[in-house]
Amino acid sequence: MSDVATAREIDRSKMQVSDEVAIEINNMNKWYGTFHVLRDIDLTVHRGERIVIAGPSGSGKSTLIRCINRLEEHQEGQIIVDGTELTSDLKNIDKIRSEVGMCFQHFNLFPHLTILENCTLAPIWVRKVPKKEAEATAMEYLEKVKIPEQANKYPGQLSGGQQQRVAIARSLCMKPRIMLFDEPTSALDPEMIKEVLDTMIELAEEGMTMICVTHEMGFARQVANRVIFMDAGQIVEQNEPEEFFNNPKSDRTKLFLSQILGH
Amino acid sequence: MSNLHADTVAYVRDTMLEQREPPLSTVGILGWGKKNLFTGPFNTIVTILCTVFVAYVLWMLLPWFISPTWQAASLYECQGILRELGRDGGHFGGACWGVIRDRWVQLLAGFYPSDLYWRPLLALALLGVAIAPVLFTRLPRKLVWFTAVYPVVFPWLLWGGAVWVPLLVIAGVMLSVFVYKLVGRFSSPLFGIIAGVLFAVFWFTWATGAISTTIDRVVGSARIESVLAETDAQIAELTAESVALEAEIDATEARILEIISSVSEPEGAGDGAYLDAIQRAAPDRAILADLRDELFVVGGELGRLRALKRQIDDLPAQISMLPDLEEEAIELRQALPDSVKDVHSEVAMDTLQAQILQGDIDVPTEDLNALKKTLAAEKNVADTERAIRSTYNDVARIGLEPVSSRRFGGMLVSITIGVVAIACSLPLGIVLALGRQSDLLIVKSLCVGFIELMRGVPLITLLFVASTLLNVFLPPGTNFDIILRVIIMATLFASAYMAEVIRGGLAALSKGQYEGADSLGLNYWQAQRLIIMPQALKISIPGIVSTFIGLFKDTTLVSVIGILDPLGLSTSIRSDQAWNGVVWELYGFIALLFFICCFSMSRYSMYLERKLQTGHR
Repeated sequence: MSDVATAREIDRSKMQVSDEVAIEINNMNKWYGTFHVLRDIDLTVHRGERIVIAGPSGSGKSTLIRCINRLEEHQEGQIIVDGTELTSDLKNIDKIRSEVGMCFQHFNLFPHLTILENCTLAPIWVRKVPKKEAEATAMEYLEKVKIPEQANKYPGQLSGGQQQRVAIARSLCMKPRIMLFDEPTSALDPEMIKEVLDTMIELAEEGMTMICVTHEMGFARQVANRVIFMDAGQIVEQNEPEEFFNNPKSDRTKLFLSQILGH
Repeated sequence: MSNLHADTVAYVRDTMLEQREPPLSTVGILGWGKKNLFTGPFNTIVTILCTVFVAYVLWMLLPWFISPTWQAASLYECQGILRELGRDGGHFGGACWGVIRDRWVQLLAGFYPSDLYWRPLLALALLGVAIAPVLFTRLPRKLVWFTAVYPVVFPWLLWGGAVWVPLLVIAGVMLSVFVYKLVGRFSSPLFGIIAGVLFAVFWFTWATGAISTTIDRVVGSARIESVLAETDAQIAELTAESVALEAEIDATEARILEIISSVSEPEGAGDGAYLDAIQRAAPDRAILADLRDELFVVGGELGRLRALKRQIDDLPAQISMLPDLEEEAIELRQALPDSVKDVHSEVAMDTLQAQILQGDIDVPTEDLNALKKTLAAEKNVADTERAIRSTYNDVARIGLEPVSSRRFGGMLVSITIGVVAIACSLPLGIVLALGRQSDLLIVKSLCVGFIELMRGVPLITLLFVASTLLNVFLPPGTNFDIILRVIIMATLFASAYMAEVIRGGLAALSKGQYEGADSLGLNYWQAQRLIIMPQALKISIPGIVSTFIGLFKDTTLVSVIGILDPLGLSTSIRSDQAWNGVVWELYGFIALLFFICCFSMSRYSMYLERKLQTGHR
């Protein structure tokens, strides 16, 4: 894994963490059947924070962020997003999902729709934005992720990196206040990883609240303000990136870091 | 590769190569043949063998197809024509196409009244207009409005009836939507749906009947004089026509008798002169058959008009009698002793009598007699009311002449059943497939149960249920059209298969598509409609079209319950003396009709698949 995500200087003027709480998770537990996946998770995310969640596979990091917009259901404890608690109330769930953007490892673009339609679908149907306006917004965001010229192509005609950038633009079109990234670069070639990370860095520079599950330690070092290490369904260690990488406290973290950075 | 650099590793190209023409043997017709037919010795042999085989088959079959028997009026004539040509007079000598010329109209439309052929033809033409915007997205979108109205126009054109019936149906749908929107705006959408459905139930079970009865009554009273005069005039005209026809028939019969009796008594079956006479009499025989058909039609029409006239004549008496009858029935009902007071129908009375016979209850005989009298009086009231209603209905009918389902036949039946069942089974199948995937246990079990039941039972069984058993379950007195019953059964049967085909499409979608839709905040129905179904249906196109084709071909099974679809008609055509013994021509023609329909469906599905191809998933 590369040690830096970008060679350029990162503009930190807008990357400010406020006191306002964006996400609050209290004593949350989740089981898959009888398997205890997430155990006593406590986490508070403030607006403007950029959090990277790292950990070995099967440690529950993806499950954790999928619980935040209830793609997975938790059985115990509380998750409060933007002041709304996630319960089985469908209205709350749809409201939170439209406020929280999410990008997936395999992009999950809709292959039967063009790039532009992918981006305008949710604003038109969920936010009830007029079509013209939704298309203008979509083009704006496609420009931002640097692929406006692909607007009328289908996802199948794009490279993996381009697809992931479309997925980011698609989420942004809903004007979310929080972005979740579930291993956005794991399915990509090294060259494409860079273009996706660049997009994510730009997003961070604008002050977006972000939670990323990723193995890109360079990104964590340069962009994150907090790194969380998970193992066996628990938060094992969290710290500022500098401290986390240079001075890990727990043995489990040390082992993980030596494996991931060792070669 | 240049020799100069062959053994050195470093190599730099100094001139770029120009594009060249491909070798001549790989392009054009020669190249195509070499690539596709004569790739190697084995393929060459296979090509030659197959060509020889196809040529042999055509050599054997074509003479049978090329047979100048188009004008023949009977199988006997066909055989005569073929013998004259020196061919074998049996099945192998050549086709007897006369049967197709004689009966193709019947194979297409059954016994649908011939003066009303424009109606099924128009319905078919409009069907094309209605499905065009569904099949081809490039057509103007406004056409969809016609598609929306067509389900009401189609049955009205085929079965006929007063013009306000389809109008009331359209009004009912529009009003239901209006109620849904209105209630939905002032409360939740769920209440809107409930209110809309309740309104639709109210409208179609009660309001349509009441409104159309009222319209019938008003229009009927206004028109009764003119209809009566018109009927009288028509009866006079048709009576004259039928007398003329009878005279003509007598004359023709006499001519035939003369021709036949001009020859001496036949000495044996193979007597040449006798056969010759029969052949000479054949044109007259054909004329006779036509005349008889015409007389039959005229007679039927006369019967209908006379019945109408009788109805109209009886109407004033019925109307004046009705209050008395009603009063009598009410009085009788009130005078009934307590023991039988709650018995309101003959079925209930039969049950009561059975109980008395078994000794469970004891009811005096005079009570029973009073009950019988009351029930008879009530039945009389109901019959009179029905007669009045039906007379007004007949008199007031501004619209199309009704055609009963018994007269439907041929491809008309197949297409009617096929098209309606196809159009209904797809949405029903989608609902069932979604239900089968539902998290709600009861919905899921109901869907699974339905699908497995329908798939586990042969279609013929269901058709027999439709034709016989269904009447047992329905309340007595309801007359449920046989074609409608068959359509319902075929739809239910096909929708079970459709559900499984679509479930296959749903299973082929990755979980990521659901998550993608969920993460954007789309609700369940939006996600299904915008993301899941378009993809699942696209994947299932080959399976869906296979089910459609299977359903369309399965409509031939209705012949076993007495509906005259093409196969049912072929049996009746073959039992006609003139065509007794014709097999291949008839079934071949029917096969061709079905092939045309099914092949077009298959080609369309390929077109659709190509059109919806949007690169790799």
